[in-house]
Amino acid sequence: MCGIAGYFRVQDNKATFDLRSLERMIWSLRHRGPDGFGFFQDQRTGLAHARLSIIDLEGGWQPIHNEDKTLWVVFNGEIFNYPELRQDLIARGHRFATDSDTEVIVHLYEEKGPDCLEDLNGQFAIALYDQKEQALFLARDRMGIRPLFYTRHDGHILFGSEIKALFSASPAIPRQLDPQVLREIFTFWSPAGRETVFQGVFQLEPGCWLRVDRNGETREEQYWDIPFSPASCSLAGKEEHKLAGQLRELLVDSVRLRLRADVPVGAYLSGGLDSSAITSLIKHYTDNELQTFSVTFADKVYDEQAEQQQMAEFLGTHHQAIRCDYQTIARAFPDVIWHTETPILRTAPTPLYLLSSLVRENRYKVVLTGEGADEILGGYDIFKEAKIRAFIGSQPDSSCRPFLLRRLYPYLALSPARSAEYARKFFDTAAPVDDPFYAHRPRWKTTSGTQRFFSPELLAAADVDPVDKLGARWGKRLAGLDFFTRAQYLESKMLLGNYLLSSQGDRMAMAHSVEGRFPFLDHRVVELAATMSPQVKMKVLSEKNILKKAMADILPEAIVQRKKQPYMAPDIISFFGEESPAYLDEYLEPSRLRDSGLFQPAPVEKLVAKCRRKARQGFRENMAFVGILSTMILHHRFVENFSADTPETLPGTRILVGCAGSSK
Amino acid sequence: MSDIVPKIRQFIFDNFLFDAGEEDLGNDDSFLEQGVIDSTGVLELVEWLEETFDIKVEDEELVPENLDSVNLLARFITGKTS
Repeated sequence: MCGIAGYFRVQDNKATFDLRSLERMIWSLRHRGPDGFGFFQDQRTGLAHARLSIIDLEGGWQPIHNEDKTLWVVFNGEIFNYPELRQDLIARGHRFATDSDTEVIVHLYEEKGPDCLEDLNGQFAIALYDQKEQALFLARDRMGIRPLFYTRHDGHILFGSEIKALFSASPAIPRQLDPQVLREIFTFWSPAGRETVFQGVFQLEPGCWLRVDRNGETREEQYWDIPFSPASCSLAGKEEHKLAGQLRELLVDSVRLRLRADVPVGAYLSGGLDSSAITSLIKHYTDNELQTFSVTFADKVYDEQAEQQQMAEFLGTHHQAIRCDYQTIARAFPDVIWHTETPILRTAPTPLYLLSSLVRENRYKVVLTGEGADEILGGYDIFKEAKIRAFIGSQPDSSCRPFLLRRLYPYLALSPARSAEYARKFFDTAAPVDDPFYAHRPRWKTTSGTQRFFSPELLAAADVDPVDKLGARWGKRLAGLDFFTRAQYLESKMLLGNYLLSSQGDRMAMAHSVEGRFPFLDHRVVELAATMSPQVKMKVLSEKNILKKAMADILPEAIVQRKKQPYMAPDIISFFGEESPAYLDEYLEPSRLRDSGLFQPAPVEKLVAKCRRKARQGFRENMAFVGILSTMILHHRFVENFSADTPETLPGTRILVGCAGSSK
Repeated sequence: MSDIVPKIRQFIFDNFLFDAGEEDLGNDDSFLEQGVIDSTGVLELVEWLEETFDIKVEDEELVPENLDSVNLLARFITGKTS
């Protein structure tokens, strides 16, 4: 897995960063790769790598070069089809110095340039330096599983797996929160596009590459997108059982590829359909010894222990769980924000952070999880909600149709649909069904209510409505798609890419040096799912219909038929139970809120007073409180008090190429 | 009814309108349209009504016509308690 960082000089009149800068950058990512460090440096470029050994434990140290040492790569991730690619490259005359998956990248790039990405089945962030051309090439996997951030500073492009690597390069690099992106997060739960919450820091978007030449000229291209299209329902007429068979076949192969490692591989087991399906596929189709991990909650509202246990027994796995109570969540929360590097509106990443520590304690480095099935196969309530709203909207005078809204959110103590009449009015946004954001508007409206707490200065600095901005960006892409497919596309690009795979995925697992692998996000699976019609994915109101069909014979009936319970964790109640964490008063102190320029102290005080009266709150208060607290923690740790303490000598440095003052 | 309205306003301001002043909410303003209350807020409101006025709100009474503004609420409570 690993972490990468580096710089590329694009202006000749500027002094370059030195090896010490590279050391600071990569040391900040040591949690991603604690097994050792490698460096490359020449007059223009520095590359650094923090290694988590998973494939070719002895020989897979990075940076890695091609035959004549003119291409150098550092890479975070896995190329699952590397043995096949390697064979093909050897047949074309390439000579390999290692058995690692990394090395296929340099040889493949020699053959095909940027087009090499089309051949890779994997999850990756790549930084490749072409010494002949004096050019830097950055690339990211199709779905955005592995992160890659960059910024421009003082004549250089700086890049890294995490933002803290960029800030560690030099204290002179600006660290300010971006008001406009804060508004996006307090609307969509995540930044909407390439911008991050830090001004001037960008992510390379999923499925994209970026090439920078010696003059600083950049070219960015999208090499892959989820192939939803108006004509994509070509498989709509195919018989359902044939599609289910095709899906199963691809998932079996995807799981098989994702078990490739020179270390043992475990799996997460949530008790839901998706992780159960993956675990069952491992059991039925591979010889892998099955070790599973899960989170249980002391608060019964969130707990799925019974279902997890049922699956563990059904499959005979060696199962371990970590139990979360309110105090554990509150205690870990500031560290979680250090790793998310962005404000979050729910505490849900925190138990996953604790879960990865359990995995690591058990000496596992790799886990398979069920992430992505909800987006590509139609599992979210928002799809169901949109379908019901469209059904009601087609006969608005019907007094019976609104009662269908009662079938939404049965797992919530405070269901918005307890009253059908209220739900109808609540979900009515006046947007027609062909509105590009038809499915999402109710959710975004509720979330936007959290912006009431922003300071007038912040709102003045962020005067573009995030939904309008999104319209300008996605309007054309969404044109012609039906409302269900539009909703799937947005969930995949925004919630999955910028929140679930990031704040809940990569960042929580890598905080404890654990690599998540996602069989549903194999691009072949995603491409097949994108061609299926909405009716195949959600039959009437049965979500992930096709997955249930594909897995029915290898899962217990109760798991297949179980009503979906989305993964959630206790929010406000974690901070206002019997033991309130001491840091609350520190971060939410009125003068600190005022000095930050981010929030109005008086309304925050009123919200906190309400939480103290009654710690279990509704959607909006939960999101507002967690959002404000996480933003203040982020502001303190990244803007006010950023530290890049780095030892004089990095332990475990194995490769040092061309670095000034070092032996080659 | 005259003493019910200030009580309702106070509850709304303390629990939902964290950043608003007195002038920001008219007694006939729709809670849902103005974004004062979200869907779960409705149930919080019902809980308060039942505790404060010692009444039972039936499921069929959970309609915007009873609960969606200060004046509608006051009328509903008066009807239930008289």
